[in-house]
Amino acid sequence: MSAPKTMFEKVWAAHEVVPQTADTPAVIFIDLHLTHEVTSPQAFALLRERGLKVRRPDLTLATMDHATPTRTEQVFGGAPISIDSAAKQIRFLEQNCKEFGIDLFGLQDPLRGIVHIIGPELGVTQPGKTIVCGDSHTSTHGAFGALAFGIGTTEVGHVFATQCLLQNKPKTLAVNVKGRLRPGVTAKDLILAIIGKIGVAGGTGHVIEYRGEAIRAMSMEERMTICNMSIEAGARAGMIAPDETTFAYLKGRLRAPQGSDWDAAVARWKQLPSDDGAVFDKSVEIDAAALEPMITYGTNPGMVVPISGRIPDRKGEPAFDAAMQYMGLTPGQAIQDAKVDVVFVGSCTNGRLSDLRAAARVLEGHKVAAGVHMLVVPGSQEVKRQAEAEGLDQVFKAAGAEWRESGCSMCLGMNGDTVPKGEYSVSTSNRNFEGRQGVGARTLLASPETAAASAVRGRVTDPRELVKA
Amino acid sequence: MQPIKQIRSRTVVMPAANIDTDQIIPGRFLTTVTKEGLGRQLFADWRYDTAGNPKPDFILNRPEAQGCEILVAGRNIGCGSSREHAPWALQDYGFKAVISTEIADIFRNNSLKNGLVPVIVDDATHAWLLANPGAEVEVDLETSTLNLPNGSKVKFPIEPFPRYCILNGVDELGFIQSKEAQIAAYEARRPRA
Ligand code: SF4
Repeated sequence: MSAPKTMFEKVWAAHEVVPQTADTPAVIFIDLHLTHEVTSPQAFALLRERGLKVRRPDLTLATMDHATPTRTEQVFGGAPISIDSAAKQIRFLEQNCKEFGIDLFGLQDPLRGIVHIIGPELGVTQPGKTIVCGDSHTSTHGAFGALAFGIGTTEVGHVFATQCLLQNKPKTLAVNVKGRLRPGVTAKDLILAIIGKIGVAGGTGHVIEYRGEAIRAMSMEERMTICNMSIEAGARAGMIAPDETTFAYLKGRLRAPQGSDWDAAVARWKQLPSDDGAVFDKSVEIDAAALEPMITYGTNPGMVVPISGRIPDRKGEPAFDAAMQYMGLTPGQAIQDAKVDVVFVGSCTNGRLSDLRAAARVLEGHKVAAGVHMLVVPGSQEVKRQAEAEGLDQVFKAAGAEWRESGCSMCLGMNGDTVPKGEYSVSTSNRNFEGRQGVGARTLLASPETAAASAVRGRVTDPRELVKA
Repeated sequence: MQPIKQIRSRTVVMPAANIDTDQIIPGRFLTTVTKEGLGRQLFADWRYDTAGNPKPDFILNRPEAQGCEILVAGRNIGCGSSREHAPWALQDYGFKAVISTEIADIFRNNSLKNGLVPVIVDDATHAWLLANPGAEVEVDLETSTLNLPNGSKVKFPIEPFPRYCILNGVDELGFIQSKEAQIAAYEARRPRA
């Protein structure tokens, strides 16, 4: 019998076209290449310069999400897109996809959305696949037991031309999550707690496998929230073993295997989970039952506290002092005393239907506090349609929130949806870096529930105070 | 790509930890379809005031930083997004090497692909560099050493393959293309979904 293997090792071994040597990295085959308007233009330019084609357009899929407008009149009504250079990127992607024969979910396509939301939604994200995209949150797709990671634009060009990538084999890190999350505590809170524990460089050079009871109990949406933020712990990829929850999610999706192909695929997928006794290079444990809702107070996702907690006092540490100065918060203050000006619900971390439902449940029967601007942006057009069919848009609008077309929007503020300078934003996205949501914007990362509750009170609020269990 | 063997220059020191890719090049400048000109926007939110004027106290705006080709950064530089615009901006500005104790994976990878040399050093060397801004140092890629003016020679890790590519100014795409036979064979035996 061969030695027990981790899931990562199995997927890696199955995709080695040329193994790693002492002098050269491995050549790895890529099963699915996702692409978007921001990180692709220079890669298409490389193809043109060298007279190359896209080797496997059938394994390539494009969407537009980062720089796209979210105002209905700009998406569907023919109103000009506010930012000229963004409009140009969108046109470039349309032309490039046409010229190179790539399937594009364009601006007005009913299946368009954030790249990491539509992959799973379409059923192209599948267990055991290697998936890459010129975007660091490609780690999201690891929730299905895929090996999925972000690449740079030069590598986007490599994959276009050869469907392969040069890679050194990463190490493995097991994150064992014991126990169950308590009611009112979400997947977002868990991943923030994990990052708080291992630090923003804790996963560098590793692929994380999230394991344990709390993970097994999660829906696919929750697992995606977890894997999404692997990169915020420094890891390029996060993986979760596929199981019945995974298969049930994928079954019948537009581009999932059908009929006898489905049965064969499931049989293959069942071989993927790490073998008993498989050895990880590192492991950490975390107790899910001990967690509260979490929220960040600083300028990286590792600067995080429980919602009933206080900002720590680490005065004298330059990074901490700089973060406090930027955030305009006081060491030692209760985080619930922080005021809120903007609330953003959306992004590839928390822009799925379950996230919108969770935010709506908290908002229902309440109003967004005077002076607070709340923006709700569904992760895809499909999520938007489903939310509208359930009347969630009405809940948001009745509470005084804005409801938009899908896209990355205020997660990175490239399309003009930004947080004004100096204002405080409770955001369900994944990065609270200086300026991420706009020049001088101050971001506090939290779950959709916490974001909605904070919108109602106009200050950071524990959602469990608004929703009776 | 130009071959690079040695880089000799004074250093610019930015001691902040976790300098992320949103600081190196803010998202609003990513709506470009070329690589050129990004150096003007490097560290834009630290470098310019809201009116677009250079802030005189920011290191890159100071006279002693002009012409420096080596950036010494605090721990864990380059965390965050996969945007290759980050190394492009650093290079377009004129940097040829980045030194820190930790360099985030994707940023490091993107840097290597563009011939921006990532130099990972131990805490003591890092402390010396932080304490001696403007020191004239040499990054020697042929021997994978960082040579300090105090005479110390510090080995830094770099995989043989990207090192070969940078030393010779060749790019990695050609290497993958040379494996065409194996790629075709893999495609033929690959299971279909
Ligand atoms: S939603 Fe945010 S994190 Fe996700 S792909 Fe878009 S910009 Fe990146």
